[in-house]
Amino acid sequence: MTEPKITLATAWLDGCSGCHMSFLDLDERLIALADRIELVYSPLVDAKTLPETVDLGILEGAISSEEDLEKARLFRARCRLLVSLGDCAVTGNVPAMRNAFRVEAVLDRAYRENVTCNPQIPSLGVPALRCPVKPIHHEVSVDVFVPGCPPSADTIWYVLSELIAGRMPEPARVTRFGA
Amino acid sequence: MPLSTARSNVRVVTLKIDGRDLSAREDETLLEVCREHRIPVPSLCYLEGLSVWAGCRLCMVELVNQNRLVASCATRAAEGMEVQTDSERLRRYRRTLIELLFAERNHVCAVCVSNGHCELQTLAQRLGIDHIRFAYRQAHEVLDSSHELFRLDHNRCILCTRCVRVCDEIEGAHVWDVMGRGSQCRIISDLAIPWGQSETCTNCGKCVQVCPTGALIKQGTSAGEMVKDRHFLPILARRRAR
Repeated sequence: MTEPKITLATAWLDGCSGCHMSFLDLDERLIALADRIELVYSPLVDAKTLPETVDLGILEGAISSEEDLEKARLFRARCRLLVSLGDCAVTGNVPAMRNAFRVEAVLDRAYRENVTCNPQIPSLGVPALRCPVKPIHHEVSVDVFVPGCPPSADTIWYVLSELIAGRMPEPARVTRFGA
Repeated sequence: MPLSTARSNVRVVTLKIDGRDLSAREDETLLEVCREHRIPVPSLCYLEGLSVWAGCRLCMVELVNQNRLVASCATRAAEGMEVQTDSERLRRYRRTLIELLFAERNHVCAVCVSNGHCELQTLAQRLGIDHIRFAYRQAHEVLDSSHELFRLDHNRCILCTRCVRVCDEIEGAHVWDVMGRGSQCRIISDLAIPWGQSETCTNCGKCVQVCPTGALIKQGTSAGEMVKDRHFLPILARRRAR
């Protein structure tokens, strides 16, 4: 009999999706991974709701909006192990560079100053921005930190392999801030 | 410390570092002895060829039978000394010091011109730091781009004062100094005027080459492009000492 698969959920908060792209860069290793892991919720699959319990949660991106915070809390509540993937999740990185300015000034810059047609700040159906932008572990507890912008496919492979084998990875051995 | 030519009146002492029996000249510091014997001790403000500052505290070591830690860059080797360069306590302190540096200013490694060539970044990885436990100060600093060749980004400055020392001791211009205390502490050029207006700066660029992070950089460099070269320093320092 094969071992039961490990359930995996991923989400993309305030990031560029580069970390998810790097995950896809696992290429043929994804096939080997599919034997051990079941992807139950992710921007890469169709499922719209996070299951009640998940073995492994991976979050990309910083906490910049009310929705990011809600997702991070939900992931923490439902995932046995939570991974911060990439510099935005681990340090705040580029999204946190807006902390130098007031939210109003940032919105003005993006939606009024540099817009030629119908400038307006979106308010319907979009989550409110938070200030300051924070790394995930400054809001909810995180078990594994994987720095890198983005962490390489080899780094992600190392971290996942260790976790699947039941060991705690030491990501600093293979990656660093800004890698 | 510049290595001067051997003098006959300097005594040799024997000491133990990490259980190894070593000999050293009595005018050598513990850090110099460690470097000589390839014993890894982290440091940021220390740079061979410049005077000792002992500000970063990363090179602290334990002395057997003494509870107080000492900065190995500022402690001379002595007869019978027993030194421990690595322990759980030292690793904890060093890790905390590096994390505080990251929390203090804005080191956005991914977009920094020194990404991949930064001593702070390298040291963080070597010490196993994969996140910062402390809240970021969120104090956003200014960038001085007034100089035609170089640039100063206070966001990346760790106040190691290598620039101050190299400019004073090697170039002899003393453009740089330190102003303010605590969180107000800043590197300044001349009497706190923009670098480009400095009348004392000789445009030599030594400060840029010795800066361990992306605080002092060349104009026109983009992310990851600022590679520093400080081969000149030990050579010039030895010539100055004569």
